[in-house]
Amino acid sequence: MKILVCISHVPDTTSKINFTDGDTKFDTNGVQFVINPNDEFGLTRAMWFKEKQGATVHVVNVGGPETEPTLRKALAIGADEAIRINMAPTDGYSVAKQLAQVVKEGDYNLIIGGRESIDYNGGMVPGMIAHLTGASFVNNCISLEIENDTATAIREIDGGKETLKTSLPLVIGGQKGLVEESDLRIPNMRGIMQARSKPLQTKEAVDAAAETQAVQFEKPAPKGAVKLVDSVDALVDLLHNEAKVI
Amino acid sequence: MSVLVYTESEQGTFKKAAQEVVSYAKGIADAMGTTVTAVAVNGDSPESLGQFGASKVLSVQNDALKAFNAEAYSDVIAAAAREEDAKVVVISSTANGKFVAPIVAAKLDAGYVPNVTGLPENTEPFQVKHSVFTNKAFATTEIKTEVKVVGLAKNAYGVHENATDASTVDFSPETNNGNVETVSVDKATDKVTIADAEIVVSGGRGLKGPENWGMVEELAETLGAATACSKPVSDMGWRPHSEHVGQTGKPVASNLYIAIGISGAIQHLAGINASKTKVVINNDPEAPFFKAADYGIVGDAFEVVPQLTEKLKEFKAQNG
Repeated sequence: MKILVCISHVPDTTSKINFTDGDTKFDTNGVQFVINPNDEFGLTRAMWFKEKQGATVHVVNVGGPETEPTLRKALAIGADEAIRINMAPTDGYSVAKQLAQVVKEGDYNLIIGGRESIDYNGGMVPGMIAHLTGASFVNNCISLEIENDTATAIREIDGGKETLKTSLPLVIGGQKGLVEESDLRIPNMRGIMQARSKPLQTKEAVDAAAETQAVQFEKPAPKGAVKLVDSVDALVDLLHNEAKVI
Repeated sequence: MSVLVYTESEQGTFKKAAQEVVSYAKGIADAMGTTVTAVAVNGDSPESLGQFGASKVLSVQNDALKAFNAEAYSDVIAAAAREEDAKVVVISSTANGKFVAPIVAAKLDAGYVPNVTGLPENTEPFQVKHSVFTNKAFATTEIKTEVKVVGLAKNAYGVHENATDASTVDFSPETNNGNVETVSVDKATDKVTIADAEIVVSGGRGLKGPENWGMVEELAETLGAATACSKPVSDMGWRPHSEHVGQTGKPVASNLYIAIGISGAIQHLAGINASKTKVVINNDPEAPFFKAADYGIVGDAFEVVPQLTEKLKEFKAQNG
């Protein structure tokens, strides 16, 4: 089995979000970047397939040279090779086009992406890769087992879950549940040393015009101060008469 | 040229998100001087969508589509868009909506923006505002393609009545299941889900242990609310992962969110920020949640929550 894990390079979940250039660009100043959490659950599941079923695991990211430390971290966790498509990711579709090209050239049969990236929350890239490559697709995937070419996936749905049967080639949009939080791996010194000599290939982007373009960013309006109350009677009264939510 | 809207149903009953997304599509159609066509799969009384502004409903009745299948449903929506020559396709950003929308967009060569929070600021060029960085910010994005797919954030626009006579047309496009088969569905039918709930009651580490969740559940039951929890609580196995709300868990966009014993980590606040009214109950007045909440009680949850439940029971008895 040849696995491609698509990695987004995103601000850490604790980041304060600010914009520059007249609110047209994300301000990366002082921001720590990490592997997108949904992708990290998928990468960790891929490590399981590598160790138990002999799969080969490659990771890929669409981004500039500044994203390489994030790919190196994925190599330190245990991926065999990394690919960086040298392009500023502008919209989901143009990124999906790049990744679909990598999938076709590398003949991958399991493509693991995240349910969404925690920066732009597009949640569209895995589905578009599946469409562009003709692979099957399962989103919100919380469990994945593969035997030969058959896959059994569990998908989280509102209020429950759904078991699906499908086959490779397959694209998933993964999330927590694929592995537990406690299964996530912190690279050890040996992994970090090995990652330095693992292949990290840079490829030029294929032509793909962006279909959407962010023109302006803004932060939510500042919130009014909390109204502190000292009795449940006062709270119920406010919820009924002021907020009108009960 | 009409605006096409996909309307989700559950066991034949249209979801509230479907009513909302039709209301929203009507707003776009008015701005563009056109009408709304809805497409529904196995929905009962499709003409009822006229109440929210649909002039026409393409109604698919097909037993093979009983279980949701993203590939097949995207075939239906894309075929409907072509049939109507729609330039704007609206899909609610629910879990299934987010599954199907990117595939629809790819099939129609359309640009797609999810989590849109209001009507387009312009229709030429077509610009929409949407939440990014898990509700920590908003972006205004231009969709440059001829056909546009817009994903509406849940509970962002609201349901608006707009009585219109809707004609129902049987629609039976070809579909293919993308080689994905549903084996089983495991869903509690007696509980309100976090996604559909108007009110969510959520507990954190301050509750000290899973054995103390009885009072959270009783409060939720009194309010007809869904129960949820913070990340540490699900990581420690006190509550199932499906209840974890926050940046890496489920998003919440309810009308009322009650946080009990949750300190309010930035990731948690991001995940629940789209909720309209937030209440915090915490014994630590310095808890960051107080900065994000509308109403707060500084106090011991073990005293306040049972009192609140009692008071609400009285309130419900008086107000029906």
